[in-house]
Amino acid sequence: MADEPTEETEILKPFWSGVVTFGLVSVPVSLFPATRGTTLRLRMVDDKGNLLKRRFFGSEDSKPLDAKNLVRGYEIEKDRFVIIEDDELEALDPEKSREIDLKLFVDLNTLSPLYFERAYFLVPNGGSTKAYRLLAETLVQEGRAGIATFVMRGKEYLCAIIAERGILRAETLRFSDELRSPKAIGLPEMKSVDAAEVKHFTQAIKGLKTKTLDQTELKDQRSARIIKLANKKLRSGTDIVKASTDDEEVEESSTNVVDLMEVLKERLQGKLRERSASQSKTRQPKVSELRSKSKAELYEMAQSQNLPGRSKMSKAKLIDALTTQKSL
Amino acid sequence: MAARAIWKAVIQCGKYQVPVKLYSAIEDRNIHFRILSRKDKQPVKGAMVNPETGKIVPHDKTRRAYVAENGDRAILETTELDALEPEPSRNIETIAFLPAEQINHRWYDRPYYLGPDGNSKAYFAFIEAIESSAMHGLMRWVMRGKMYMGALRLHQGYPVLITLKHADEVVAIEDLVAPGGADLNPKELEMARQLIGMLEDELELSAFHDAYREQVLKLVESKAKGGPRLKLVKPSSKKPNDDLGSALQASLKSLKKSA
Repeated sequence: MADEPTEETEILKPFWSGVVTFGLVSVPVSLFPATRGTTLRLRMVDDKGNLLKRRFFGSEDSKPLDAKNLVRGYEIEKDRFVIIEDDELEALDPEKSREIDLKLFVDLNTLSPLYFERAYFLVPNGGSTKAYRLLAETLVQEGRAGIATFVMRGKEYLCAIIAERGILRAETLRFSDELRSPKAIGLPEMKSVDAAEVKHFTQAIKGLKTKTLDQTELKDQRSARIIKLANKKLRSGTDIVKASTDDEEVEESSTNVVDLMEVLKERLQGKLRERSASQSKTRQPKVSELRSKSKAELYEMAQSQNLPGRSKMSKAKLIDALTTQKSL
Repeated sequence: MAARAIWKAVIQCGKYQVPVKLYSAIEDRNIHFRILSRKDKQPVKGAMVNPETGKIVPHDKTRRAYVAENGDRAILETTELDALEPEPSRNIETIAFLPAEQINHRWYDRPYYLGPDGNSKAYFAFIEAIESSAMHGLMRWVMRGKMYMGALRLHQGYPVLITLKHADEVVAIEDLVAPGGADLNPKELEMARQLIGMLEDELELSAFHDAYREQVLKLVESKAKGGPRLKLVKPSSKKPNDDLGSALQASLKSLKKSA
């Protein structure tokens, strides 16, 4: 298998927060990914089924290194590294780390999607949504995209700010030297073509012509097959390790899984749901307390807190949702 | 210098074939850092650890598991997972040809150029036929043990195959609701339209380059020579202008002056 199993990661935090500016107008925004990984997440376990975590070790240490003791290094010659700290990267261009300054607007149709790399939704970051809506509305009406470079997580990105249905999105673009040309690849010059052969292909293409894309073609069949196998095992009880009641690892990991959709929906409506730590401490129930309650009781609690998606949640999901509220 | 092909295949289009070679269309220009231990400035080794015992679990003792909602885990052996993978094949199947807008670019993942493999007669005839059809192909193939869906289209006259993401990986805009609020002021909309119009130009991608990357490399060079550590100077954060109307007016004024 080519893909590594992932560790559950928190997707709640925005990838970037700052302002989008055009002229003297500034729009405070946060960027959230517009794509998510596959729904299937396999975890690494040992042969007894205990969940494992990836840790890093130095050459002389038998204990894993914590984040404080891990640094980023650039290899200048074999085995010689220069350490670069986070704040040094930020110090290189603090302006661009906080601002997407749109000094250029282009016709949306002139952007080749081959340059598009990753997409992020822009959500208004507190305060009035007026400037956000004004930019989105104008871009839609005019069929334009705003172009700028900015720095996110230690890397500069060229991006196009596009609006669709009132929602702003940043598509990061490959720099022109990151997309090769046919010439650089060494593709041969077009030769005169055989008309009869072109006709064959034209007919073949006609025969394959379809008006609309059947989206089921894009379904993740591989994940579906793996889930099917796993469910078969879970039903029959083969190769199964039951969750233990004090399995903190599971709790810890499942509480991090928050649906990107829910976050996007809330943030687009300007809901920040900020709560003071003390407040959440007194209000937040313990997992063990919740486990002893019935599903109906949990549902009632979810209802009183207006938890989104509660009607579709299992008992375990309800417990997760009730105990992770504070992090939203 | 010609690029090296990463894979060889045969496009199946109806009853006709086109032997092709795949080339990555992307040039990796990212700066690659290594993770080091702060103490000895040497690369660290990653290992899987049982967090309860703190012990390293050797690779041959690790398995993959599917974790159900209630926390129960189904252990999946490598042989079982491998058995679910598709049969290897050299064919790139054509599923359909569609109007270009049917394959949303939001599904695009990685682009590959297709070059001829051996005789280029069929290759160029195929290009000509795609060009005159003005459609994009929907393709499916198995490469290195993994099944891919892809869009086939032309770029600068040459065929490009772009792998597609799965439908559920892309958040549909239709599922989101745009921020709401009081109606926008028509005067402000008009000013925003003018402002964006004044900033409009043709897109010249080569005018942009990754200046930050160069700065990072300079920083590396300076530090290698024992140069000082960079200190972060926090820029004075601009106060957001709450009066949208006056911000727009002032923007138009300053742009007209500089024009």
